[in-house]
Amino acid sequence: MATLHTRASARLMMAPSVIVLFAWMIVPLAMTLYFSFQRYNLLSPDEHGWTGLLNYTYFLTDPAFGDALTNTLLLVGGVLAITVVGGLCLALMLDQPFWGRGIVRLLVIAPFFVMPTVSALVWKNMLMNPVYGVFAWIARTLGVEPIDWLADVPLLSIILIVAWQWLPFATLILLTALQSLDTEQQEAAEMDGAGVVGRFIHLVLPHLARPITVVILIETIFLLGVFAEILVTTGGGPGTATTNIVYLVYSQALLQFDVGGASAGGIVAVVLANIVAVFLIRLIGKNLDR
Amino acid sequence: MARAVTTRRKALLTVIGWTVGFLVFFPILWTVLTSFKTEGEAIANPPSFLAFDWTTENYTEVQHRSDYFLHMMNSVVISFGSTALGLLFAVPAAWAMAFAPGKRTKDILMWMLSTKMMPAVGVLVPLYILFRDSGLLDTRVGLVGVLTLIDLPLIVWMLYTYFREIPGEILEAARMDGASLGKEIVFVLAPMAVPGIASTTLLNIILSWNEAFWTLNLTTSNAAPLTAFIASYSSPEGLFWAKLSAASTLAIAPILVLGWFSQRQLVRGLTFGAVK
Repeated sequence: MATLHTRASARLMMAPSVIVLFAWMIVPLAMTLYFSFQRYNLLSPDEHGWTGLLNYTYFLTDPAFGDALTNTLLLVGGVLAITVVGGLCLALMLDQPFWGRGIVRLLVIAPFFVMPTVSALVWKNMLMNPVYGVFAWIARTLGVEPIDWLADVPLLSIILIVAWQWLPFATLILLTALQSLDTEQQEAAEMDGAGVVGRFIHLVLPHLARPITVVILIETIFLLGVFAEILVTTGGGPGTATTNIVYLVYSQALLQFDVGGASAGGIVAVVLANIVAVFLIRLIGKNLDR
Repeated sequence: MARAVTTRRKALLTVIGWTVGFLVFFPILWTVLTSFKTEGEAIANPPSFLAFDWTTENYTEVQHRSDYFLHMMNSVVISFGSTALGLLFAVPAAWAMAFAPGKRTKDILMWMLSTKMMPAVGVLVPLYILFRDSGLLDTRVGLVGVLTLIDLPLIVWMLYTYFREIPGEILEAARMDGASLGKEIVFVLAPMAVPGIASTTLLNIILSWNEAFWTLNLTTSNAAPLTAFIASYSSPEGLFWAKLSAASTLAIAPILVLGWFSQRQLVRGLTFGAVK
């Protein structure tokens, strides 16, 4: 039905979005790329010039980079493990009928709507403080020596905070998927004598394979960018114990004013994120064809 | 489900369910409770759960000392502004993609999605410099602009998945009756598109309200929204737990309520329609 006329107006309607997004994608990225080959520090703006790959060499051979890469992977992996397993358990629980299920579901998804700076500060102070925190009180009640979470196990603490924020996301998506599971098929399997475990492995899990993949990929995109939680709790420390790639680039740019080095780091972060993005885009693209 | 659920089983599940729900919700509950305590009771040991002198002075104190409403207004302007501007760009685009798809439509959609994958930190340096040189640092206008661009792919996608569900036959019928494109949009399609636009708006306001990379890096004080304002409590001299809790409660309450209303849209929006 699309006539020449409607096709022309369709193009006109899409143009503004495409143009601004194109500019948004190309201009800053090109600048980052350009800066990454420059010697450029905001504190000494006169020394300016090409340095070839020197910024990359510095960034990639800096021991902090190795730490940051490890921390980034541990953070993403740790949060994914907790949220996928925890989210699956919560979704299975919320799929069962019980009294007040609607309210419990609201309670469980609530953390997702808490802004990152609030959740990080609430956990850091009121829960994880080694003297006045609730965790310390629980530990003492049980007769255990309380631990200083953010000093003794800083990365684990950050993982817990971020996992708490993302648990609702995994739960909600897996629950939505569970609810679209064919109940007749379930009942048929039950009639044929399949046990709870058998039904879970052969019916439920295969059905959840796709949503779990979606959860993993989308969370990864966001988790690679974790920043606020680190900024307000540990500031990347102690040492580089909680510095991830994002925080490392941030500290080079806005704390050390090293534009060249930070830009090289930014490009490295873009490359890393793109590796994940390729998989996600393929998965969602397949969905478009249906 | 036809299966009979025994009352015992249901009672057991109820206990487990509520316990787990309580545990997950506890940090938020604790924040709300602490906001009504005095600073002394906030760090009392053992902690008092309900038996304390309830006070609302933290709330007045927070406004008094740090002009809370300025930051609240910044959050409102930034999240509503970027959402409105994003819709202005996205509605026509999603519309065209859903109702007059061409050969390239799918490619354009996937490309838009890919811009969302670009890590913010990759463009932090140039954006900071551009903002500094053009005087946009710490302004609401600057942040509205950046958040609009960040949100745009998601808005287009969400709208597209909603618009695509509007049956095309209705369009053809309207065309047969001789309706122009303009009339077609205003009288036939717009009423059917409103729910999708509303859900998109809601989810996007929530996401921009909580955005905490650009708001932290591109503002200092004047344009700082609540995310950045709360972050100022991280300094050691700012450790007043009761006041931190009061400020936090105010910052999350409105968005939590909106969020509870938008559960289903959340799934659809954040998975780009991959899970419905």
